[in-house]
Amino acid sequence: MRNPPAGTTEIRGRVNGGIVHDSAAKQAAGEAHYIDDIHEPKNLLHLYIAQSKKAHAKIIKLDVANVRTRPGVVTVLTAEDVPGINDASPIAGDDPVFTDGLVEYVGQALFAVVAETLEQARAAAAHAVIEYEELPAIITVEQAMAAGSYVLPSREIKRGNARDAINAAEHKISRTFEVGGQDHFYLEGQVALALPGEDGDIFVYSSTQHPTEVQHNVAKFLDLPDNAVTVQVRRMGGAFGGKETQGAWFAAMAALAAAKIGRPAKIRLDRDDDMVMTGKRHDFVVKFEAGFDKDGRVSGAEFILASRCGRSVDLSASINDRAMFHVDNCYYFENVTITSHRCKTHTVSNTAFRGFGGPQGMLAPERMMDVIATYLGRDPLEVRKINLYGKKTRNITPYQMTVEDNIAPEIINELEKSADYVNRRVAIRAFNETSPYLKKGLSLTPVKFGISFTATHMNQAGALLHVYTDGSVMINHGGTEMGQGLYIKVAQVVAEVLQVDIDRVKITATRTDKVPNTSPTAASSGADLNGKAAEAAAQTLKDRLITFATAHYNVAEHEIHFLPNRVRIGATEITFTELVQQAYLNRISLSATGYYRTPKIHYDAETLTGRPFYYFAYGAALSEAVVDTLTGENKITAVDILHDAGKSLNPYVDLGQIEGGYIQGMGWLTTEELFFDAEGNLKTHAPSTYKIPACSDRPAIFNMKIFDAGENVEETIYKSKAVGEPPLMLAISAFNAIADAISSVSNYRLYPDLDAPATPERVLKAVQDMADAARQTPVVEAAQ
Amino acid sequence: MRNKLRFVHRGEIVELENIDPTETLLNYLRYDRALTGTKEGCAEGDCGACSVVLGDLHDGGLRYQAVNACIQFLPMLDGKEIITVEDLKASDGTLHPVQEALVAANGTQCGFCTPGFVMSIFAEMHTGRTPDRGHIDNILAGNLCRCTGYGPLIQAAQDIARADLRDQFHDRASATTALLQTLQKDESLSLTGADRHYFAPKTTDELAGLLERFPEATILAGATDVGLWVTKQHRDLPCVIHISQIAELRQISEEKNQLSIGAGVSYSEAWSQLAGYYPDFGELIRRLASTQIRNSGTIGGNIANGSPIGDTPPALIALGARLRLRSATGTRDIALEDFFITYGQQDLRPEEFVEKLFVPLPDGNSRFAAYKLSKRFDQDISAACAAFRLTLDGSRVKDIRICYGGMAGTPARAHQTEKALIGTEWSVASIEAALPMMAEDYQPMSDMRASKEYRLMSAQNLLKKFAIETTTPGVATRIVGAGGLAYA
Repeated sequence: MRNPPAGTTEIRGRVNGGIVHDSAAKQAAGEAHYIDDIHEPKNLLHLYIAQSKKAHAKIIKLDVANVRTRPGVVTVLTAEDVPGINDASPIAGDDPVFTDGLVEYVGQALFAVVAETLEQARAAAAHAVIEYEELPAIITVEQAMAAGSYVLPSREIKRGNARDAINAAEHKISRTFEVGGQDHFYLEGQVALALPGEDGDIFVYSSTQHPTEVQHNVAKFLDLPDNAVTVQVRRMGGAFGGKETQGAWFAAMAALAAAKIGRPAKIRLDRDDDMVMTGKRHDFVVKFEAGFDKDGRVSGAEFILASRCGRSVDLSASINDRAMFHVDNCYYFENVTITSHRCKTHTVSNTAFRGFGGPQGMLAPERMMDVIATYLGRDPLEVRKINLYGKKTRNITPYQMTVEDNIAPEIINELEKSADYVNRRVAIRAFNETSPYLKKGLSLTPVKFGISFTATHMNQAGALLHVYTDGSVMINHGGTEMGQGLYIKVAQVVAEVLQVDIDRVKITATRTDKVPNTSPTAASSGADLNGKAAEAAAQTLKDRLITFATAHYNVAEHEIHFLPNRVRIGATEITFTELVQQAYLNRISLSATGYYRTPKIHYDAETLTGRPFYYFAYGAALSEAVVDTLTGENKITAVDILHDAGKSLNPYVDLGQIEGGYIQGMGWLTTEELFFDAEGNLKTHAPSTYKIPACSDRPAIFNMKIFDAGENVEETIYKSKAVGEPPLMLAISAFNAIADAISSVSNYRLYPDLDAPATPERVLKAVQDMADAARQTPVVEAAQ
Repeated sequence: MRNKLRFVHRGEIVELENIDPTETLLNYLRYDRALTGTKEGCAEGDCGACSVVLGDLHDGGLRYQAVNACIQFLPMLDGKEIITVEDLKASDGTLHPVQEALVAANGTQCGFCTPGFVMSIFAEMHTGRTPDRGHIDNILAGNLCRCTGYGPLIQAAQDIARADLRDQFHDRASATTALLQTLQKDESLSLTGADRHYFAPKTTDELAGLLERFPEATILAGATDVGLWVTKQHRDLPCVIHISQIAELRQISEEKNQLSIGAGVSYSEAWSQLAGYYPDFGELIRRLASTQIRNSGTIGGNIANGSPIGDTPPALIALGARLRLRSATGTRDIALEDFFITYGQQDLRPEEFVEKLFVPLPDGNSRFAAYKLSKRFDQDISAACAAFRLTLDGSRVKDIRICYGGMAGTPARAHQTEKALIGTEWSVASIEAALPMMAEDYQPMSDMRASKEYRLMSAQNLLKKFAIETTTPGVATRIVGAGGLAYA
């Protein structure tokens, strides 16, 4: 029904209500268009990218003469064809779109073949003559650390004197562990379609979280002003951070083909090329040391985080900063030193991925708590509670931000009860005593995640709102839709402010000529920023209508009330549409922009101190695992989650983010293994070898709940909280539950050195090591 | 011979000629027909975004099965009905109940995988079964979703299972059946061009004759491996002979204490019988593939492609299965283990084809077990796959057949270990004494699935596990397993 009857007692689609994703019906019917689904324009050209086969080499010869003569080939694009700057990086200027004579990872783009069909382009690419002069390649973090190879200088955050505190402490522990990277495995691979326009203008459909950056990079690449390039994205088939920066490379190539030949051009990476050519979550080597008292209270902690950044800077500065900002998680470390090394390797440049360094950082304190608890023979949840941030004291983070909204204790306590932590702990120990081969484990871990871009200037957003004379509304904003439900949330905000049914609000594709200079949809900020900008636009328009009505009807402002789909003006009621029509006839503008910038935040990038975050989002999860000690196979069998979404804008959407985030995080820490060989070839570059969770991996028992008492203490959009990234870190409980099961092999005297992901191989090794160590470690009375 | 491809779509017979025989069904739908609801996620049959449903006549009835369009070649549609996500809405535009259930359950986020889930659940709905959670995991194992965490998708599948639904496909089933019966009467398909040939013979004699003429031809069954030669390796296949239209090769029958399985029998078709006799074999088939792959792939193909990491050969070798090879000049039977000569080389002459497989039925005296180790439980390639058949004489080992996949260049028996065990007391202790022999039997390699150290250690532990399970019943040893194989 195009115009269903208007709601009278309540609008359809108000905020805080559960509303299904706006595209759900289209998606289920196969009618939602992704970029490769757009009807292919006439004369469409296709690009295929030839890639480096070496991790580090000089290109001695790049001869594409034989490529040009292959069937269907229209042109071949190399660095020499770039009219502007051969770079599509977010910041540093170090991501050449085509090789400039040096290659620094297997998969780096050498040149692109432009042909009538993709098959022709791919077949032709093999006819290039390429000669490499190989240079020594650094593949791993260990190699980079040994060679002193960094993309950026190392950083340190320091409070008090951690070294002295550890030395003076009653007890101390130290551990080193590795945590693997993660491929985004968005179902829709990288894709761009470029259309040439008049005056040399270019229109690009790009599957990107950051249309503005694609616009700027394409313009720079083609030596055009920004206003000659328009970028549009209606939706992505998943992104998770993987389309924040690196989609620009492919958009730039397609745009160059379109500009050079004057025909539409499409580039679509197949799964293998996508996985080989684009960056992933950073893998880390983490070392920590802690000094603590008999109760497990930490007096001094040191963390050293070394990450594999790959060949260029990309977003590694902010990602590693965020890792440093999350080694405290919910815990107060009075004396603390956090060191971060940003390693340069000859592998693909690692990039944003849901959590943005936070998850890797947060694993460290959660491992620390369990190691301390095992050392002391105490319950790990007790040790966690002792170390939690306080409400009024012990509430300053290592980076000098005061935690003003600490609800971690409430969430942990509620979950501990609702999930029956104590009894399940007892039951698991009992099971393990009678089960010699299968062992169960349990872990309850909290999450505190800082919300805002740490690059303060990015915390701004714009929106554009039109009301047409039939009363229908168009909303556009800088945020992009990747499945996370941003569009429906923003539409709810507009519907709420104007008090019109949500089906009267048209959500339109994000494009750079509607709202300019936007920030990426990232850092969980989409609804916070764009919701506020849309609210401002709607409020501006509403205020304009009120001003008009007071004059037109000669009533006071307080006599005007926006009721569902109608407006009460004094004693009379007219429909929203009637008011709009009257306003139009009286020459009132029915178009408004809205703008928002996050208040309160400030941050010194030199000292890494300040208030980088507007607020924190919290949550906690209890996971239960079973491990096969003969094979290392393991499974998460049950999970209970309590998560803080503030006052949820849309519980349906938020629950989807919570569940999806947990499972994605579980995949990162269990089955998803990126395997690079010694020459830097990624050997797990398709779902046959790279295993994201499948349906049966979802724990059979999955209880989740949004924290009822949640309400943002800050003035966020309708008191909601960001929910995109934080739930991913709930899965740390899954990893720690596996480790707990392994610990049972030593009767909980020892804690395993388990690296992530917990593949059967790593788990079996940890089991064997634990059994060997338990034999060599005499049983002593617990330290207390 | 017929040179036009004929299939049913939207209630009508579609005829195509001058087609590229190795164009994928997915590319045909998306780029030739602009039916873009069906997506490409991986082009290797692992993610399910390309799932479509094929209808055919089986055991006298209309059967709907989900398959991966990305690795099906277009001419494999011959004689079938195709249903894509675009075909499901009712004529008045209302969503199909499966689509509606996914929407209602908040089953879509980015939506790219959604059409594939719709088609998998739609196919299941048309089986008339009422799946439980475990079975829902099986029907959705081949549909990856990166957004939702699967809960809403399971919910939607459960909602559909609980409802007693009819749709337009039920309503026109007899008309569809009639169309498919018409197509069944067609002559065999033969697409020959200047540099490409594609044949779909209908008899084994025809097949033998074709192989005599084209000994270099690629034999195609379900395309779950050969399809990837095209979509992943970008190989040119000048001559393809598709064997799935040969009724003789689709037979599965019991004869003389053995199960005879034709080379064209799909995993799905063989599953219940194999699982009935050997629950662990059923579990292996459950885990080695998704529903879509099981519907297309064949055990014959899993053998004939000679892979060292196929999961059925270890089980079949442990059971003592035999293979019948056929050519225009006759047939010969060999032990399956003798088929695998070395990596990349099988005992199969160019003009020969695998005709059928004979699997001994349980004799009442022996125990069979199989184990699969992989990073993910469902639809993953094994790091190692083990199968054992043990025959005891009292408490002593009368005979034991041990075969592993993933441990050598072919599926291979552990002859030294077997020798060390035969005649000994069957106990965990005596097994442990024999385990070092396994290092004599196997020198596995390290790759992205596992290191050689893990392969050897876990292989040894699997034999130990078999001993534990056979000597200490009731002790929990398995994390997963359908039908009571798991501990809980």
